[in-house]
Amino acid sequence: MDEYILEIENLTKDFPGVRALDTVNLKVKRGEIHSICGENGAGKSTLMSVISGVYPKGSFEGKVFYKGHETAYHSVKDSEKEGLAIIHQELALSPYLSIYENIFLGHMQTKFGIIHWDTYIKESNKYLNIVGLHEPPETVVSKLGVGKQQLVEIARALSKKVELLILDEPTSSLNDDESEKLLNLILEFKKQGITSVMISHKLNEVLKVADTVTVLRDGKSVSSYDVRADKLSETMIIKDMVGRDLTHRFPERKNVPAEVVMEVKNWTVYHPDYHSIKVVDDVSFNLRRGEILAFCGPMGAGRTELMMSIFGKSYGSRSEGEVLINGKKANLHSCKAAMKAGLGYISEDRKNLGLILIQDIRTNITNSSLEKISRSGIVDSHKEIMVAEKYRAELSIRTPSVFQVTRNLSGGNQQKVVVSRSLMADPDIFIVDEPTRGIDVGAKSEIYSILNNMAAQGKSVIMVSSELPEALGMADRIYVMNEGKIKGMLMHEEATQEKIMHLALVG
Amino acid sequence: MGEKTIRTTDFMTIFKNNIRNYSMFLILALIMLIFAPMTNWRNFSARNLTNIFFQYSYVLILAVGMVQCIIILGIDLSVGSVCAFVGALTAMIYNSGAGMPVTIVSGLVIGLSIGAFQGLWVAYAKIPAFIVTLAGMMLFRGLTYFVTNINPISLRNDGYSYLATGTIDEVLKLGPIVDNGSIRLFPAALVAGTLMVLVFIVSEVMIRQRKIANDFVVSSTPIFIGKLAIISVLVLALAERFAEYRGLPIAVLVVGVTVFIFQFILNNTVLGRYIYAVGGNSRSAKLSGINSEFITFIVFCFMGLLAGLAAVVSTGYMNTALPQAGLNFEMDAIAACYIGGVSAAGGIGSVIGVIVGGLVMSAINNGMSLMNLGQHYQYVVKAAVVLFAVFYDVYTRRKAGLG
Repeated sequence: MDEYILEIENLTKDFPGVRALDTVNLKVKRGEIHSICGENGAGKSTLMSVISGVYPKGSFEGKVFYKGHETAYHSVKDSEKEGLAIIHQELALSPYLSIYENIFLGHMQTKFGIIHWDTYIKESNKYLNIVGLHEPPETVVSKLGVGKQQLVEIARALSKKVELLILDEPTSSLNDDESEKLLNLILEFKKQGITSVMISHKLNEVLKVADTVTVLRDGKSVSSYDVRADKLSETMIIKDMVGRDLTHRFPERKNVPAEVVMEVKNWTVYHPDYHSIKVVDDVSFNLRRGEILAFCGPMGAGRTELMMSIFGKSYGSRSEGEVLINGKKANLHSCKAAMKAGLGYISEDRKNLGLILIQDIRTNITNSSLEKISRSGIVDSHKEIMVAEKYRAELSIRTPSVFQVTRNLSGGNQQKVVVSRSLMADPDIFIVDEPTRGIDVGAKSEIYSILNNMAAQGKSVIMVSSELPEALGMADRIYVMNEGKIKGMLMHEEATQEKIMHLALVG
Repeated sequence: MGEKTIRTTDFMTIFKNNIRNYSMFLILALIMLIFAPMTNWRNFSARNLTNIFFQYSYVLILAVGMVQCIIILGIDLSVGSVCAFVGALTAMIYNSGAGMPVTIVSGLVIGLSIGAFQGLWVAYAKIPAFIVTLAGMMLFRGLTYFVTNINPISLRNDGYSYLATGTIDEVLKLGPIVDNGSIRLFPAALVAGTLMVLVFIVSEVMIRQRKIANDFVVSSTPIFIGKLAIISVLVLALAERFAEYRGLPIAVLVVGVTVFIFQFILNNTVLGRYIYAVGGNSRSAKLSGINSEFITFIVFCFMGLLAGLAAVVSTGYMNTALPQAGLNFEMDAIAACYIGGVSAAGGIGSVIGVIVGGLVMSAINNGMSLMNLGQHYQYVVKAAVVLFAVFYDVYTRRKAGLG
């Protein structure tokens, strides 16, 4: 057997106007866990797409060797037949089908074209046990949380007799518990001889499970380390990813919060479909001027629902309670009303709720604030371009031009466009939901600086975050939520990861 | 000029970015050229080109409204029936002694009300546009039969039809400015054409100067001059064709003003930006503070207004209000939109594009009529063209990473 299950030689891939991969070299040993790190836009996802056959032979230069022979895939199906499975960051399940249907979708054996479901239900239990998903196989996957959906995807890969498993940001949508389970699963797979290639931004996880780490930067393969032999550290990885030393992950905080600027009293939100279920239950909190507030809690705690319902009743069938802004009762019945009252909101789902993907950067940035660049309803297109360029420079959005369609941008740059749009609308109270999810270290640091600057200018920031280090590093106060209720509040000085988790789960 | 270096894009970049728009014009030219030898070049004659605009202006007007509906992921299937209904009502209003201005305005008002009515259901009751306007299609057809007593309504005199089949020169009683036996040229089209070209050149130059002053990237000077030259030549050539036959058709003026107004709205106003935003992603648009429901409502109002206008034009062309008028109008308008580059996924489309799309369809219809090919051929060819246009659109979008 070859030592290397996957070898990539001088791979170059171009898109219109962009060189995504530039003579990339990569060697993955059979049976190892190989992690690929790099900033957003470094080319990781593109590389995976080339390996798995999404980009067929002929659409790139260079050679890909799998199990010793050169690959010539025309589609993902070709690579799947050879034991290669890729689990994308954006899950590719059929939401209205059941677990077992999703597992065997596309590779079912039939008798005269008829599927015998019973065999499949039994088969699926086998895989569900391996991945540790204890749900009835008939469950419709859209009813499962993201973490469990991911396990279904992995079960699917296993059912295809996978030899090389590629995982793109596997724990980005998972909480700590689920992440731990998943990483252990990958280690289990290693014992069974399955090779795993893992793209991840979570460097602590990478160092925990990976044998080899390859760093990509700007489409080039910069370095490759043996984790144990080279005594690889997070600092070393970051340095290669970013090309510069990042000594401070979080900016210096000099916030001095002043008077209360927003007060939410007894806020209750009912589920959009099940009108008697409370998704947010009698929540009360306050926000001071110049303050950064964090909302932490496990998935499903109700944080996003709380924020979205405050911002223009964008979630829920009904809501009760009061919101006071600067002491006066505020009627936030629509997003426009909320924006007029000084609120700004950045959704955690930047692709579906934050951006208009088919439109370019310039249009996305200005959509919330067209009145600022127009006179009597007529848009000044020159001002529009100048404003967009201003934000491009200020936030270092990496793009050939502001006319680039946002769909083609990397996650970090997309997030910067959404942030720019909010900044242009100039809110006093800035609600950001998962501001740095799926974003590289460099862009994260830039966004932290922006949030800090806003607080320093006397604005207020509410940050919903599932990354505890982020909340601990950035926030003046942390509210902990679970099951729709506020479980407690911690000041910056006294907060620790353990205390947050304790409040959330124990109370 | 000063020593400022001008940042320019090269031909290939411009070509790639605008290939969709340019290819539609090229296809139109190609279709005319294909039919030319088959019709003995009659299709390029002054008389034929003028007749194309007389006959198909209503489709172009409807397409301007329909493209906005499709951009916001809606549709309006009722426009044919609405044209018949408004045609009948305006015919009756005209026959009661009202002048053309009053008749036209009432047509617009009735159309607008119908659009608002349907818009309320789509935007606020959130019933799919397909269903609402399908119901509208049936409702207004029924009302047309009711109002006309299932009999055609003839117009009391020719005044009504001037809008659809008259020319400026005839209405203003302008004689030909050139008349040497072999060629007669009426002035209005030439004047209008020259004016348009001058305004166009001046505004384009001013826009370019401002871009250069702000250090934006512009097309290189030879390409810029080339673009101005080609467009100017085409406009003047068309103007000459009109001038050689009966002069500038009023219908062309109507279409021209309509196109200008709505192209301006869509491209340069806040309302236009909102329409594209709602079409691109209405949930995102909402969270950006845009009132998606209101925008949807407005778009259907626009469609109704334009259906009212198209009603007066098409009724004038037929010189009668027929109870079965307007048949398949919505199909023609929708086809024009898709040939003209609108996207089924919403958020993409332009007024100029669908006008060219409409002209492509008209050129095909016209060419086949000149060749005396029956209606059945025309349907088949139309279907093939629409399919090809959408396929081409999806294919090029996918290649460019947009789709």
